[in-house]
Amino acid sequence: MNSNDEKSATGRAEASLLPPVNVVEDAGGITLIADLPGVPKDKLSLQVEADTLTIEGEVGLPLPEGMESLHAEIALPRYRRMFTLSQELDPDKVSAAFNHVVLKLRIPKAAHAQPRKIAIRVD
Amino acid sequence: MYFRTLFPRDIFAELERLQRDLQQSYDPSIRGTARGGFPALNVGSTPKSVEIYAFAPGIDPAGLDVQIEKGVLTLAGERSPDSLPEKATLHIEERFAGRFRRVVSLPEDIDPDSASAQYRDGVLHISIARKETAVPRRITIQ
Repeated sequence: MNSNDEKSATGRAEASLLPPVNVVEDAGGITLIADLPGVPKDKLSLQVEADTLTIEGEVGLPLPEGMESLHAEIALPRYRRMFTLSQELDPDKVSAAFNHVVLKLRIPKAAHAQPRKIAIRVD
Repeated sequence: MYFRTLFPRDIFAELERLQRDLQQSYDPSIRGTARGGFPALNVGSTPKSVEIYAFAPGIDPAGLDVQIEKGVLTLAGERSPDSLPEKATLHIEERFAGRFRRVVSLPEDIDPDSASAQYRDGVLHISIARKETAVPRRITIQ
């Protein structure tokens, strides 16, 4: 049983927190807004691989020496969240802004996927 | 008021937490829930000070109201909701918006006049020094 436990402990990625997000869709694409408090810009990583978008950030808080934690709601120093992008989104054109630790991602729809009104023929 | 946790952990961390929580008795608070809510708080202690970290992303620090009164620290402010473009659909809405207020009871030996606050990377760090405790004195027995 122990060996099984060890396997499962090393087999998965390090435990992390899920940052809260808002996702808004309009005709041109999707806007994703995420809160990543405590993450300096250089510790934020964004990745699009195939159809998976990964947001990762490390909390870089300088803590005073010898501090003992009494209460922690952000108890892990890492955020990670993944999203699956649907086909009509263009992963090559994702743009990102990071302002006051609020990440704003814009994922435009591919040109061929822009909304097209479909005429309904009545015979 | 009850808030769901703004920063849930992944499922494995959540299971570990559940196990820990079951082992400890839960301390109910008069303000609804001791954890959760916005901004998320971490509190730490050193021999010389009490350190409070409020995870408040996307807030103008000038609009934050921090007060210490009768040994209680109050953090209040407001975070405005995002403006939605016209004809947009909101698929996921997890980020906090609106007025918030969080209250922390401080230890008795702190010196409220020594409190300092700094806002960096969306985290408000409040440091409050403990009162200089009297140097231990040896009492001679006659």
